[in-house]
Amino acid sequence: MSLVEIKDLKVHYPIRSGFWNRVTDSVKAVDGISFNIEAGETYGLVGESGSGKSTTGKSVVGLEKVTSSSIMYKGKDITKKANRKSLDYNHDVQMIFQDSLSSLNPRKRIEDIIAEPLRNFENLSKDEEKLRVLQLLDIVGLDADALYKYPHQFSGGQRQRIGVARAVATNPKLIIADEPVSALDLSVQAQVLNFMKKIQREFGISYLFISHDLGVVRHMCNNIAIMNRGRLVEIGTRDDIYNHPLHIYTKRLLAAIPETNVNDRAKHRANRLAVEEVYREQQDKYYDDEGKAYPLVQISPTHSVALPEDVAKELILKEGEVQA
Amino acid sequence: MWKTILRRVLIMIPEIIILSILVFLLAKAMPGDPFTGSINPKADPAQLHHLMKINGLYDPWYQQYWNWVVHLFHGNLGNSYQYQEPVTRLISSRAVNTLWLALFTTILTYCFALPMGLYAAKHEGKLPDSIIRVYTYVTYCIPFFVILVIGVWIFGYVLGWFPTTGSISSTANPGIQSIGSRFYHILLPGVLGALFGTVNVVQYLRSEVIDAKRSDYVRTARSKGVPEKDIYKHHIFRNSLLPIAAFAGYSITGLLNGSLFTETVFSYPGMGLLFINSISYRDYTVITALVLIYGILNLLGTLLSDIILSIVDPRIRIE
Amino acid sequence: MGSSTQFLNIKDVSTAFKINGKYYDAISHINLEVHHDEILAIVGESGCGKSTLATTIMGLHDPAETKITGEVDFEGTNLLKLDEAGYNKFRGAKIGMIFQDPLSALNPLKRIEEQISEVMTYHTNFTAEQKHKRVLELLDQVGIVNPERTARQFPHELSGGMRQRVIIAIAIACKPDLIIADEPTTALDVTIQAQILDVLRDIQKENHAGIILITHDLGVVAETADRVAVMYAGQIVEEGTAEQIFNTPKHPYTRSLLRSMPQRDNENDDLYVIQGNIPSLQRMPHDGDRFAPRIPWVKDSEHEAEPTMHDIGDNHKVRCTCYKNFEFPDETGSVKL
Repeated sequence: MSLVEIKDLKVHYPIRSGFWNRVTDSVKAVDGISFNIEAGETYGLVGESGSGKSTTGKSVVGLEKVTSSSIMYKGKDITKKANRKSLDYNHDVQMIFQDSLSSLNPRKRIEDIIAEPLRNFENLSKDEEKLRVLQLLDIVGLDADALYKYPHQFSGGQRQRIGVARAVATNPKLIIADEPVSALDLSVQAQVLNFMKKIQREFGISYLFISHDLGVVRHMCNNIAIMNRGRLVEIGTRDDIYNHPLHIYTKRLLAAIPETNVNDRAKHRANRLAVEEVYREQQDKYYDDEGKAYPLVQISPTHSVALPEDVAKELILKEGEVQA
Repeated sequence: MWKTILRRVLIMIPEIIILSILVFLLAKAMPGDPFTGSINPKADPAQLHHLMKINGLYDPWYQQYWNWVVHLFHGNLGNSYQYQEPVTRLISSRAVNTLWLALFTTILTYCFALPMGLYAAKHEGKLPDSIIRVYTYVTYCIPFFVILVIGVWIFGYVLGWFPTTGSISSTANPGIQSIGSRFYHILLPGVLGALFGTVNVVQYLRSEVIDAKRSDYVRTARSKGVPEKDIYKHHIFRNSLLPIAAFAGYSITGLLNGSLFTETVFSYPGMGLLFINSISYRDYTVITALVLIYGILNLLGTLLSDIILSIVDPRIRIE
Repeated sequence: MGSSTQFLNIKDVSTAFKINGKYYDAISHINLEVHHDEILAIVGESGCGKSTLATTIMGLHDPAETKITGEVDFEGTNLLKLDEAGYNKFRGAKIGMIFQDPLSALNPLKRIEEQISEVMTYHTNFTAEQKHKRVLELLDQVGIVNPERTARQFPHELSGGMRQRVIIAIAIACKPDLIIADEPTTALDVTIQAQILDVLRDIQKENHAGIILITHDLGVVAETADRVAVMYAGQIVEEGTAEQIFNTPKHPYTRSLLRSMPQRDNENDDLYVIQGNIPSLQRMPHDGDRFAPRIPWVKDSEHEAEPTMHDIGDNHKVRCTCYKNFEFPDETGSVKL
C-alpha cells in the first residue's frame, strides 16, 4: 500500500462578480490530479509559476482547503480536519518552505522554533526536549550556540537547514519541500541538497520535492511529475522524463533548461526553437478543446502521459523509429 | 463601477438600521429626562408626568423607535427639547457653520502639511528634516485645547485681534460684509487647527516619499537619465500623494463632524458644540439625529475613499 | 572578436560603502573591457559585488554613502568624473539598464507607453507622434504581439515575461552602445527566460551593442555569453571566453562552482560543497588570496602574497598562482555536515 494516495485532487478558487457578488466562475488552480507516494521515495513535482504545484503541495500537507478529492493516509481521508487530528497527520507529514526567513518566526529563538513540533506532538520533559533539539542541530551541522539565536542571525543556507531540522524533528514519514533551494546560492544549494539526501538515507523519509528547476529535480528525484495548468501532463521515472519525454510541454521545459555545455550551444538553441515551433502549431493535438490537458494514459509500467491513446501510440512508434 | 456603488449603498441600508436602533436605545438608556432640569423645581410632579406622557416618553421603546422612524421619513426629526425648534432646522444651520470652519481648517492643514512632508523627505536625515520632525512632535504632544485656550487669550483678549465667540457679527449686513465677517470668525481657530494638526499628514507623506525614493521604479527612472528634479515631480511625489488623496475622501465627509474643542473654546455655534450641549441637556432628539448623521457620513466616507482610490490608482478597480 | 572594437574600459575601479562610519570595499580593483557585438557575463554568488559593479558604471550610488575610485572610460569620457547632468546624457541614451524584478522596476501608476517614451523625452527631439511610433516599434522588436494594446496598459496588467520585455524596450529605446542586464531572467520561468535571452541576443546583433550580463546562473552564462568574468568577494578571479571558462576552467573557485552544480552525470552522488562561507562585507579578507580560507588543504606557498591576474594565453586570465597545482581533495563530495 502506498504511504499517501492522492485521488482526483481539485482546488478551485471562486471568482465572484455581478450585482449580487455571486460565484460565477472559478480559477482551477489544481484540476483533477492523482498520484501515489511510496515510502522512502522522492517525487519531483515540476511546473512553471501558476501551474498549481505549490497548491498541490499545500493540499497534501493539509494547508489548503480542497474543493474535492480524497487524500488517503493509513486508510483515512485527511482532507477532513477531524481525520488529520485523530491520525496526528502533521506529526508524520511536514513541510519545508522556499523563503526560510519569512517562514521562521523572527521573534522566536532557534530552540523554540525547532522544538515547536515536538511540543505539539510529543510529551517530552524539558531535558529530553533540549537533548532532541541539540541532536537535530547536530544533524543539520549547526553548533549548540545556535539554540539561543534568532533566525535573522543566520545566513540563507543555515536558515534553510534550520527549516529542515524543524521539519524532521518529529521523525516524519513524508516531507513536502516547496522550492527548498531556489533562493539559495549554488554552493549553499549543494549543501542543503546533500543534507536532504543524507537524512532520507538515514530515516527513510519520502519527499515530495516541488520545484521549477529541472536540474535540481533531476539530481534529487527518481520519480517525476510534470504539471501544467493545474493538471499533470506526464509522470515517469527520471529516465522516462529526461530521455524519453512524450508530451510537448515536457519537451518544451526540457529544451529551455540552459545547458552548461558551451560547445553545443547552437545545437541546443536550434532544438529549443524547433520544440517551440511544434508547441505553437500543435496545441490542439496535445490539449483538448478547452485548452485542458487530457487524462493520463499509461504507456509503460512507470510512464504515463496526458494524451489521447492514439496520439500517444503514434508518438511512441515515432520515437522507436528514431532510436532504431 | 456604478453597479458596485449601488450595491455598496444597498448594503449600507441594514447597517444604518442597526446603527439607528443602537443609537436610539443608547440615548434612551441615558439617565435623566429632558424636563426635570428645565422647569421650575417647585412644579407639580403630575405636570412633569403629563409632559412626559404627551411627548410619548412612556411608550415601549419599539413604539417610540417606530414613531421616530416614521417621522424621519417625513423629514421630521422631531423638536429639540432644549431649543424648542425642529431638529432639522437646528442641525442644518449648525452644519453650515461647521462646514465653513472645517473646510477652511482642512485646506489650510494640507497647505502646511504637504510641503512640509515633501521637504522633510527630500532632505531626509538632514537639518530641515529634523526641524520639521521636532515641530510635528511638539505640536502633537501639546494638548490641542491648551493651544486653543492660549490662542484665544493672546489673540482674542490680550491683543484683541480676533473675535472670541460666535460665527458671524450680529451687525454684519448680508452680502460681502457677512462673508467677510464669517471669514474673520474662522480665521483664528482655522489657523490654530491647521498649525497644530499637521503631524499625521506630514509623517505619513514623509514615509511614503522615503519609500518611493528607494523604490526600484525610481532607480529605473534614474537609469533612463531623468534629472533628479523631474524624478521627484513625475515619479516620487505623484506616487506618494496617492494614499493621501484616498484619505482625503474620508476626511471630506468628516468635515461635518465638527471639532469639539475648537467650537467649545470659541463658542462657535457648530455641530460639535451642539453635540456637547445636547448631551448635557439630555436632548434625545438632537443626539440621536446627530449620531445617525455621523454614522451615515462615516459609511459614505469609506465608500468615497474607495471610489477615489480606484480612480487614482489603476491597480485598484471596483468591479 | 576580431572585428569588434572596445568602447568601455573599466580601470582599477573600487567601490566602498560606508557602514557605521567606516568604508568597506564591495568591489576592489576591477579591470574589464567591453566590446561592441559581445555579451560579457559577470557571474558570481550573492555578495560577490557583481551588482555593485553595474550600479557603479551607471552612477546610481549616493556619493555621500559610497567612495568610488578608478576610471570608467566610456568612448573617451571618464564617467566617474561626471556630475549629475553629465551622467544623465549617458544614462538611458548610451547606456541602458535592465533590472531583475520587472514588476517593481516599472512605475505602477503609469501606462507602458508613458514609461517607454519618457526616456526619449530626455534624449531625443522626437515629437509626440514620433515617440508613439517608436514605442510601438520597440514593443514589436521585443516580441510583444499586440503593441498598441500593451502600450495602453499598466504594469500590473502584464505577465512577468511581458514586463521584462517592456523593461528591455526602455533600455534599448535610444539604441545604447552598452546594455547592462542585472539578473534579467532570475524572476522568470525557464521557458520565458529562454525567450528573453533570445530577445537580448537579437537586439545586440541589430544594434551592435555590448551587453554586460550579470547573473548567478552558470547555465544562462553558458548559453549566452561570449566572454565571462567570474567574481568572488569583490574581485574578478577568472576571465576568458565562454569556451575557456567552461571547457578549461582554472581558478579553484570557478572549478568548485561547476562541481557544485547538479549535472546530468552526478545524479546519485553528493554534490561538491565549498567549505566555509562567503565573507561578509565587513569581514572581507584583505591580504592574500580571498578564496584561500575555502580551500584550506592548499598550502600557503601555492598562493601569491598579493594575488594578481595572470594571462595564461589567449586572454584567459586567472587570479593567483594557486590554480597551477590545484586538486580537489580525495574526500570530495562527502562533506562533513
